[in-house]
Amino acid sequence: MSYSPEGATLQIHLKGSWTIGQDLPSAREVTDHVAARPGTGRITFDHSGLTDWDSGLLTFLVSLQNRCAASDLEVDINGLPQGVIRLLSLAREFKELEEPLDRKTPETFLAAVGSRAIGSVRYFTGVLEFIGEASVALTRLVRGRARFRRSDLGLLFSECGAQALPIVSLISILVGLILAFVGVVQLRMFGAQIYIANLVGIAMAREMGAMMTAIIMMGRTGAAFATQLGTMEVNEEIDALKTLGISPMEFLVMPRMLALVLMMPLLTVYADLVGILGGAMVGVGMFDLSSQQYWEQTVKAVNLNHFTIGVAKSAVFAVLIAASGCFHGMHSERSASAVGYAATRAVVVGIVLIVVTDGIFAVITSTLGI
Amino acid sequence: MPPEERDLRMNDAHIAVRDVTLAYDSYLVLKDLTFTIERSDIFIIMGGNGCGKSTLLKIMIGLKEPASGKVFYDGVSFWDADPTERNAILKRVGILYQRNALWSSMTLEENISLPLEEYTDLGPRQIKEIVNLKLSLVGLTGFEDHYPSELSGGMQKRAALARAMALDPEILFFDEPSAGLDPINARLLDDLIVELSDSLKTTVVVITHDLASIFAVGTRSILLDPETKTILASGNPRRLLEESRDPKVLTFLTRGQTDADRSSIARCFSGYLYKDGKKDVHP
Repeated sequence: MSYSPEGATLQIHLKGSWTIGQDLPSAREVTDHVAARPGTGRITFDHSGLTDWDSGLLTFLVSLQNRCAASDLEVDINGLPQGVIRLLSLAREFKELEEPLDRKTPETFLAAVGSRAIGSVRYFTGVLEFIGEASVALTRLVRGRARFRRSDLGLLFSECGAQALPIVSLISILVGLILAFVGVVQLRMFGAQIYIANLVGIAMAREMGAMMTAIIMMGRTGAAFATQLGTMEVNEEIDALKTLGISPMEFLVMPRMLALVLMMPLLTVYADLVGILGGAMVGVGMFDLSSQQYWEQTVKAVNLNHFTIGVAKSAVFAVLIAASGCFHGMHSERSASAVGYAATRAVVVGIVLIVVTDGIFAVITSTLGI
Repeated sequence: MPPEERDLRMNDAHIAVRDVTLAYDSYLVLKDLTFTIERSDIFIIMGGNGCGKSTLLKIMIGLKEPASGKVFYDGVSFWDADPTERNAILKRVGILYQRNALWSSMTLEENISLPLEEYTDLGPRQIKEIVNLKLSLVGLTGFEDHYPSELSGGMQKRAALARAMALDPEILFFDEPSAGLDPINARLLDDLIVELSDSLKTTVVVITHDLASIFAVGTRSILLDPETKTILASGNPRRLLEESRDPKVLTFLTRGQTDADRSSIARCFSGYLYKDGKKDVHP
């Protein structure tokens, strides 16, 4: 690029190749050059030396036009190749044709607080609506009038039950092992290793079995529910159900909730037993307790109450998992990222709900003394 | 027209939309739309992108409640009806969604059987026979056990049509039917729409901006204006093209070539021609 000034006109000679990826001059160089020569009112071009061009040249020219428009400099593009002239005028034409959307200026603090608050209110209204509709659907389910496909239910049983066994086994046995290890270090100081059976047994049956199963199922099945329903929402499949007069709550949510409520207690009992087995492996294998001793101590320590509390909690957790997964899925926006967001939100909200509910259970059971 | 007389005509019409308005917060989507659809019409709701066509469809089929205004089916106001009445109306309606909306976890047979299982007392064998018939009408015989994801876009569209027709609806809604179809398949679908309307006396409502379809099948139409959010013009689309003086209407119907010979544009989109509401095959 070189310049040849003629009175108030500055002619720019474009030379060589102006393509993306090369070290191209910036529009600023030109305006700096003009600023150094007061009295220049017009810029023209000569492209006789130009061998090759692409968007690299165009971006340079557009940015030059914008800079010159700001400082009242006339840019005469007639000396440019025909293709460049056409593309530049096309870009300007569209600029005039389509007013860009008014991108909101950054929100003020108060406005941000306000819109967050409105958002939360909407979210909770949505939750209330969901609970209401779910209760209606549940009544219909109990009365045997809910409409859903029995074959779906079978698949869901397998998805929420048998298919979760490997991961539940792995996590529960590890939790049992960890509890035993941590406990035995303390108990050994008093020569009370045998009480490891009490610790593991009660902890698994009352707390950890239900809790770990719930967290596994939230991440595994709850997230799956959210993405399934979210994708159905994106594909208008849920609309198609509604316009057929079929309640998505009955057709999609109820079978999922039913499957989880029936399968989770079973998984929890299984997790309890596997966890106790894990504890026994540590006690028997590493701390010289006989399996007979460990078994008898466990039976003595763990009573039916402990199991019942764990199982009751797991049924409540199941409702929370299914509700969180389905609610966020059905309220997903219609895009791929929104479905991902729905799944994330479902898991986060679900886990918080599980832990909070577990806390409430702890308070209730200790108040009642059970 | 005095309001009482207008109400009377609204009640007579097969479908009537009266003063429907919808807004999201402060953003107006539709404003005071009023029109009627008669029995056996092929009614086109047309307009450019973002003029509220799909929103209007959602209001008409009960997916979105309007801020104000009413939608009548044979004189019954949909949004004032109780759930049982609404279901009774929806049972008479079939919808072909823009994204087909086939239930992806079900095979084609299950997709088409579901409406039949919900609304009829037919036994499994009879349902199977109807499913086979509907699939053969759209050229998908032998695909009963396929899942929607195993089919091409055009086949999915046809399967969705078979499902929309499962209950022999009185009214069929098509949301952008030619979206994603090649010109030949789009034309076949147009022919099918005309055939359905002719042979079964189905009322067809098509939401589209595809000019070829508009001129090939439409008997009546409304054109929505993206700026004012109201109805810009209404009538037979061919007649609108020939007679309208409104530059906005002409720009839409001629793809912006307002100075072109209008009759030749209409002729380009050959197929069925309508004269005074009667079908007339183009020479």
